[in-house]
Amino acid sequence: MPASSLQGSVLPGSSRASKLTLRIVALGYLALLLAVPVAMVFYRTFEHGVGAAFDAVTTPAAQHAFWLTCLMVAIAVPLNTIFGIAMALALVRGRWRGKTLVSAIVDLPFAVSPVVVGLALVLVYGNRGWFGTWLTEHGIRVIFSTPGMVLATIFVSLPFVVREVVPVLREIGIEQEDAARTLGATPLQTFRRITLPAIRWGVAYGVILTTARALGEYGAVAVVSGKIEGQTETMTLFVEQRFDAFDLTGAYAASVVLALLALAVIGTMTLLDRRKDR
Amino acid sequence: MASVPAEPLAAPRSLFGGRGRAGPAVGGALATAYLSLIVLIPLAAVVAESTHGGASGFWSAVTGAQAFAAMRFTVLVSLIVVAINVVTGTLIGWVLVRDEFPGKRFINALIDLPFALPTIVAGLVLLALYGPNGPAPFDIGFTRAAVALALLFVTLPFVVRSVQPVLMELDREMEEAASSLGARPRTIFARIVLPNLVPAIAAGAGLAFARALGEFGSVVLISGNIPFKTEVASVFLYGQIESDNQAGAAAVSVVLLVLSFVLLLFVSWISTRGQRRAG
Repeated sequence: MPASSLQGSVLPGSSRASKLTLRIVALGYLALLLAVPVAMVFYRTFEHGVGAAFDAVTTPAAQHAFWLTCLMVAIAVPLNTIFGIAMALALVRGRWRGKTLVSAIVDLPFAVSPVVVGLALVLVYGNRGWFGTWLTEHGIRVIFSTPGMVLATIFVSLPFVVREVVPVLREIGIEQEDAARTLGATPLQTFRRITLPAIRWGVAYGVILTTARALGEYGAVAVVSGKIEGQTETMTLFVEQRFDAFDLTGAYAASVVLALLALAVIGTMTLLDRRKDR
Repeated sequence: MASVPAEPLAAPRSLFGGRGRAGPAVGGALATAYLSLIVLIPLAAVVAESTHGGASGFWSAVTGAQAFAAMRFTVLVSLIVVAINVVTGTLIGWVLVRDEFPGKRFINALIDLPFALPTIVAGLVLLALYGPNGPAPFDIGFTRAAVALALLFVTLPFVVRSVQPVLMELDREMEEAASSLGARPRTIFARIVLPNLVPAIAAGAGLAFARALGEFGSVVLISGNIPFKTEVASVFLYGQIESDNQAGAAAVSVVLLVLSFVLLLFVSWISTRGQRRAG
């Protein structure tokens, strides 16, 4: 926070009362919209004791959902990280036609409804889809199976690393990279010794955001998974399935697991922010 | 002088190509191929499927009573939600930058919660407090207000996060000058602060609008999905896919896709304009 000469005054000449009013309105809104509802779910989960909640998230179906979610993250995050770094380098350092268009396409997954993502994958990889006949002939099942869910997860979490790394690359400039190159370093050496260390916090931030999105994707995965209990059910689908089965304890407990992961993500981002400022 | 680590300089040519600027281009070509495979080909399939029944098929799918009602409600509720976000987002960004109070860092981190929390959990969380069995004095379960509430939750960070950096860099001397010339706080805000914030607010609002148009997970539990009442476009789409009407679903999808792409272009236009001005 920039230290200002007017410490304590929100606007020059504004009164203490108006400052307090603004603060109370802002914090009150955040409390009613975010904090109290989330706290409520924690309360509801542990209302009947920790044991009941623990039992609800250790059923075979819950455990399977948890590991399936981990698998999604384990595949989508590394792929999107490699893609993100390569794409960011190409967008910032490269000179080629159609860069603006490609840059806009990279952002598309942010703006596309998750249900549309699911539909798109069904239309390409489903039984009657573009690649459907070929896939069926070769006995590969994508839709209503893990590969389709992985594709959906990759789709929705694709832009984060690119978007975090691009501004960092712009900021560090190319002087050091040029210096390394004139001194005879190969492109790979330049990348490993100069570029990668300089962008590491941007990459880390992007990886965390990608992980959060991959963990929490619901709509796209719901469409392509077929929601087969104990087979194609991720944590988020498990929450919905428990809710529909009137098992609120199960739904709340699984939500708390996901909420704790989300809080861990936010905590890590805050720590990284402090690191970056140093 | 920057020194290069003493490694064999004649290393074999790498994946990133030879010397010069070709490296990023090769990486870029591979990345573009990945992007096409994951994003472009599937979206092209949606566009292709939407033309399956010809122009008339597309038109009747988009203007069908239930589809049209869902899209109209989605756009209207998103507009209301964005309008609220413009006010509350600016206010929250303002308080987080200009005000000092204990726990500010924590509150600042909390703003990102809607981005990190899975959308289905967001819906459940709101239902637990404001739903039929919640302790709140009112029950908004399965109403249009519930949809608006869910959208307010998931779009909260957009305007806040886009306003904050601009407020931080704002030159406070202008405000002090205005104050010393006798301007009242309200005038200073309206004449000096707000004009500087408008591009950031517009960019945040555009992103929030695009997000609200396509939102699914947070709405699906809390809205009850009642056709012609609380059904949003993405929930309608989901129903169409389940009942195997792929061409109809694709047509509505194309409308949503075009709307959100236009919004993205709007946002990138605003931010490049802002950069040019700053530079």
